[in-house]
Amino acid sequence: MDALLHYFTQPQNYLPLIFILVIVAVLPLLAGYVVLMERKIMADMQARLGPMRVGPHGLLQPLADAVKLLIKEDIIPEEADKVVFLLAPLISVTAAMTAYAAIPFGPGFQIAEMNIGILFILAVSSMGIFGIVLAGWASNNHYSLLGALRGAAQVVSYEVAAGLAVVTAVLLAGTLSTRQLVMAQISEQTGTGYWFIFLAPVAFFIFVVASVAETNRAPFDLPEAESELVAGYMTEYSGFRWSIFFLAEYAAMIVVASLATILFLGGWSRPFANTRVFDFMDYAPPVLLGGFGLYCLYRLLKQPAAWQKLVMLIFGGILLLLAAAVALPLTGLQLGSVSVAGWKPAIHGGFWFVAKVVAYLYFFMWIRFTFPRYRFDQLMRLGWHFLIPVSLVNIFAVAGGLIIHRQQQVGLEVAMFFATLVTLAAALLFAWLAERRPPAHAVENEF
Amino acid sequence: MLLDQIIFFIFAAIALAGAVLVVTSRNAIHSAIWLITSLLATAGIYLLLRAEFLFAVQIILYVGGIMVLFIFVIMLVNLDVAIRQIQFNRQTSVALVLALAVGGLLPLAHYFLGREITLPPPHVAELGPNTEAVGQALFARYMVPFEIASVLLLVAMIGAVVMAKRRV
Repeated sequence: MDALLHYFTQPQNYLPLIFILVIVAVLPLLAGYVVLMERKIMADMQARLGPMRVGPHGLLQPLADAVKLLIKEDIIPEEADKVVFLLAPLISVTAAMTAYAAIPFGPGFQIAEMNIGILFILAVSSMGIFGIVLAGWASNNHYSLLGALRGAAQVVSYEVAAGLAVVTAVLLAGTLSTRQLVMAQISEQTGTGYWFIFLAPVAFFIFVVASVAETNRAPFDLPEAESELVAGYMTEYSGFRWSIFFLAEYAAMIVVASLATILFLGGWSRPFANTRVFDFMDYAPPVLLGGFGLYCLYRLLKQPAAWQKLVMLIFGGILLLLAAAVALPLTGLQLGSVSVAGWKPAIHGGFWFVAKVVAYLYFFMWIRFTFPRYRFDQLMRLGWHFLIPVSLVNIFAVAGGLIIHRQQQVGLEVAMFFATLVTLAAALLFAWLAERRPPAHAVENEF
Repeated sequence: MLLDQIIFFIFAAIALAGAVLVVTSRNAIHSAIWLITSLLATAGIYLLLRAEFLFAVQIILYVGGIMVLFIFVIMLVNLDVAIRQIQFNRQTSVALVLALAVGGLLPLAHYFLGREITLPPPHVAELGPNTEAVGQALFARYMVPFEIASVLLLVAMIGAVVMAKRRV
């Protein structure tokens, strides 16, 4: 008993448990607000307002949606395989949420540091596809089955390209640990000191395309293509179970965005963290958050109803509090024996990580609302005839560049620049080959 | 460690139960799900042996890759035919004799060889991070066998593509 008590009074033992609780509790709310963000961005791109009624500017829409989904009727088809039907959404959401165990949200904000962190995230999130496949099969519905088949084929194909892009970043960092991958991009002592997006832009591009396909988002949302398959694999799902699929999709999106941030965008580091000239960017977090908070208070005056003013006040207040928290380390105060400046890496690291994830999610949505959906054979052709060959060439080019950098005293930037040039030349070649000889049976594809 | 043993027996029980259910399930998709369970439990045992790289590769390759393709194929074939066929063959007596013979070999070997088959004690603690160890073993010490095996797999893959292509 004493041993247990001792175990749970050590910060390194109880902090991960707290992180788990926070993530599991906050993630559904976060997913709801990502949905709101998506609807607002969609509305903006289509020159309309989006949700405006529930709360000021629709700020309470996610809560209303959640209540609606929870009290809706939950239908299980008579002919469905009941156990598998109930199991499928659980697999999806478990796979998406387990991946958070290895994601470092800031220096120290990580549930488990493991030396195979990247592999762990890839392994766990690759199991999410079973949710889609089993849901489509268990529904006993032709549209669902077609959606499941498409999902399986698509995810297996694009996992290869995404994995090869990850290998490029791992080559540059020389480690599989998520924390050390970020450290390698922060300083020259622990790695290269550059964000890998600058050293391996082609790999980043491949990762972006493959991650859109892996999370089944438009323009690669063929498993749930509503104009062909009703709703694909989740046609027969309703109410709470449907919302679990939705939660899993958005949780997987956040995982993929975090992965891109860790691998290519420097994790929790500030942009140009090593350049003195850009130190003014340290003031960006409080200015941004405070600016949004003040804007909320300004909009408060224009709200028609008293309760809407209250909601706006709460949101503005939260933003201003966050701004104060972010500004605190910059003031250089002394609280007793603790210097606040020491908190800067943790607090600002969290801010920059979230900012990069949100920017990546915005990019996801931007793609969704500006590209038409691919046809299935086009999707497969893009994956197998273009992305995989290009990422293979990219690995060899980057590996060759690294060897030249280490043995011939060539600067890393120069070596990577030529590696990128070689890859781009190969990409042009592959694109030309694919254009020149279109497959004869493209339209007869049975999917 | 007592905790290690408890976790090992939990994983081992899941793996064995999953393996038995793979064979006894009438529905091929259910068999596939039990196979996934069994493979995941095996991955857990790898992790228990501090082989974290094998754990990740087991999940990425077997669960995330091969099993998805398994299920993909199962969903395409006609399951109604399979359900009506006889699930177990009728050679129970032969199978029983063979199983008993193989099962009897281990105690016999132990009886005759005595302590000589005791395995060396595991020294997992001093192995360190094993991604490097696996890489060294595959690409330095056992380079030639590894490459031969890859070429063999490549040949099999090309053969499969050629045979499948003929029907299109």
